Amino acid sequence: MTMDFRLGEGSDALRDEARRFLDEQLTDDLREQMHRTGVHHDWDFHKARVESGMLAPGWPVEYGGQGRDALEVLAMAEEFQTAGAPTYGGSTTLMVANVIRHMGTEEQKRLIVPQALSGEIIIVLGFTEPEAGSDVAAAQARAVRDGDEWVINGQKMFTTNAQEADYVFLLTRTNPEVAKHKGLTTFLVPLRQPGVEIQPVFTVSGERTNLTFYSDVRVDDSLRIGEVDGGWEVMTVGLTFERSLPQGGDSRRLLRAMERWALTSVDDAGRPKSEDADVRARLGRAAAEIEVSTLLARRCAWVQNSGTLPGVEGSMAKLFATEALTRQSADFMDMLGPDGIRADGDPAAVAHGIAEYLYRFALGTTTYGGTSEIQRNIIAQRVLGLPRG
Amino acid sequence: MDLNPSEEQQQLIDAFAAFYAKECPVERVRAAEPSGHDAELWASLRAMGALEMAVDEESGGWGASLLDMALVAEQHGRHLGPAPLIEGQVAAKVLARTGGDAAAETLGRALGDDHLVTIALHPPQGGVLSLVPGGSVADEVVFFDHGRLKCMAVAERGRPVPNTGSMPLADVAVDPAAVELVSGAEAEGLFESARDEWLVLMANALVGVGARSLELGVDYAKERRAFGVPIGSFQAVAHGLADAATAVEGSKLLAREAAWSASEDAARATELACLSCGFSAEAAREASYRSLHYHGGYGFMLEFDIQLYFRRAKAWPAVFGEPSSMYARGAAERLSAARTDG
Ligand SMILES: Cc1cc2nc3c(=O)[nH]c(=O)nc-3n(C[C@H](O)[C@H](O)[C@H](O)COP(=O)(O)OP(=O)(O)OC[C@H]3O[C@@H](n4cnc5c(N)ncnc54)[C@H](O)[C@@H]3O)c2cc1C
Repeated sequence: MTMDFRLGEGSDALRDEARRFLDEQLTDDLREQMHRTGVHHDWDFHKARVESGMLAPGWPVEYGGQGRDALEVLAMAEEFQTAGAPTYGGSTTLMVANVIRHMGTEEQKRLIVPQALSGEIIIVLGFTEPEAGSDVAAAQARAVRDGDEWVINGQKMFTTNAQEADYVFLLTRTNPEVAKHKGLTTFLVPLRQPGVEIQPVFTVSGERTNLTFYSDVRVDDSLRIGEVDGGWEVMTVGLTFERSLPQGGDSRRLLRAMERWALTSVDDAGRPKSEDADVRARLGRAAAEIEVSTLLARRCAWVQNSGTLPGVEGSMAKLFATEALTRQSADFMDMLGPDGIRADGDPAAVAHGIAEYLYRFALGTTTYGGTSEIQRNIIAQRVLGLPRG
Repeated sequence: MDLNPSEEQQQLIDAFAAFYAKECPVERVRAAEPSGHDAELWASLRAMGALEMAVDEESGGWGASLLDMALVAEQHGRHLGPAPLIEGQVAAKVLARTGGDAAAETLGRALGDDHLVTIALHPPQGGVLSLVPGGSVADEVVFFDHGRLKCMAVAERGRPVPNTGSMPLADVAVDPAAVELVSGAEAEGLFESARDEWLVLMANALVGVGARSLELGVDYAKERRAFGVPIGSFQAVAHGLADAATAVEGSKLLAREAAWSASEDAARATELACLSCGFSAEAAREASYRSLHYHGGYGFMLEFDIQLYFRRAKAWPAVFGEPSSMYARGAAERLSAARTDG
């Protein structure tokens, strides 16, 4: 064995397949629809992914996957992210399916997982509440047992894609008497039932998310995931699956557009922008950061391939890549001059106003999946061994 | 993908780590100030084979890969080695590659005798090679001038330039009797590859500077107490260190990838050389700045080691140029590749 930065032949092949798939399926119409609705899920696209084996190639064959290793899956996922494909619904669904695979009952594995992997259902995440975000264990949505059922009352904030979804993976409080981490339970709650109300929430990037309300919503005990009051363990497992995600894809798409702009634009004196030292320095800085984001994310998949669950490696990758996108989008708007603020829809906007859009979009990325501050806490404590504050 | 060093690479790392721990404790770094050169360390490095490793077997070396050299450079950076290792290696490498009698003779002297050959990273301006690394202690310097790769003896050792990083730098006047080694496109190609190699090795040295700076800051933050608690429990301190740790970790991956690409992904080698050195320079500067600042007033005292790192993190890469200039070079490579791809 020797140090090697190639992902490998399997990865290259799957990457090529992904590119072909995206060329075909990620149409201008679909992009326009995503932009108009702010929804980063599309059922036809999702089903086409399943058909082409592009949804869950890392899953074992008995579940309908291809048993691909983490680096192969990552190569595919990098392409989807770089292209800006609508993958949110698929990602949250797979994350929950993974939790079920590891902590669910046999019945849940038999009933839910195949539906998730065949693209019939999507599952969204219901962790955050109006009064509990970063401190997710402070969730107050109440679940009370009633025979074989549970009765749920409460609110969830930022339940993204709830309007499309079949189930919400809901974090509830089942015991208010004990320490906050010890009284939580998770359920798979069917969303299409009386008592569930979904209110759209619009965001600065145009992405749609939701506020969801639960009033005397009933859920069968067979849809409880994990032990009663064992919700925190379930969450811990769930969050580790979020950690070998690709990073840097949006930045890569942005950089390509800016490089194209530099090659095709001239300054007032007719000099190509690509020869301007300031333009080059900005492009180069972003290129360096993107390479780092990519490598930090690949390191997570590599760790996973060597048989350990990635932990803090994922925090570093997420922190770095999302903060880098925040810097780069702002920096490229500056590079474009006053035209940088022209938004999609304006014919003079550079590359459909991608820098301007990502300037707004980046704000969400440093928040969801654990804010940058939460990631820094994790790195400080678990990598550097610094004492808790 | 495999991010672990191979067994032989690990042995190389361990050997040089042990070497620097013994031959280059921080007292030696301090003792070598301000000249920035420890002749005894230089002799031991040569005896270790640190120059020979850079040169292929036909030219009398061991033909180590740039990645192997990068792993050594990282140790050099961790220990702030006060000797022009990287320049010496890059000069030897370019001489070996150039071929011809004149180059072979100089290379022979560099490998055989107690004779220090360095390389100027920029062509002369107004007849002077500015801030030649190792220039104040070099016997000979390789440089590029008007399409020609040349070599000359440093007649009177150059006047040392006092500088931020206590480096043995000098402004060296070009001797009209300098020997031409090769000219034309070949000369330019050789010079540019030498610069890329310097950037890659410097990137890896800066990884060592950054990583050690961070350790100093983290150790201090665990021990020092204020308001009855260790200062590392304050988020303002912890988060600054977490950001620095992330950047240093990223710089290590990128610097190693750049070194690897020299032999394994030639199409990206120049781009990655430039980007990695710019990034490592910024990561090392950030890590050393954070760590120094979290030492409070003590960080400002000469007695604490972090200042040694803080000054070198800025100065070592500066002899090539500011990070932006490295980024700009990397971008130029990417743009020309994109242009040909259409
Ligand atoms: C576009 C978008 C989509 C989302 N989708 C979902 C979803 O599908 N499902 C879901 O459950 N949630 C979702 N979220 C919610 C997201 O996970 C939360 O917003 C996030 O966890 C932060 O919680 P909060 O908004 O309550 O902020 P708070 O926790 O109130 O934080 C406010 C600020 O304080 C800082 N802070 C908080 N605690 C600490 C600490 N210990 N140390 C230092 N600083 C701290 C934070 O970093 C932040 O800057 C989404 C959010 C966005 C923006």
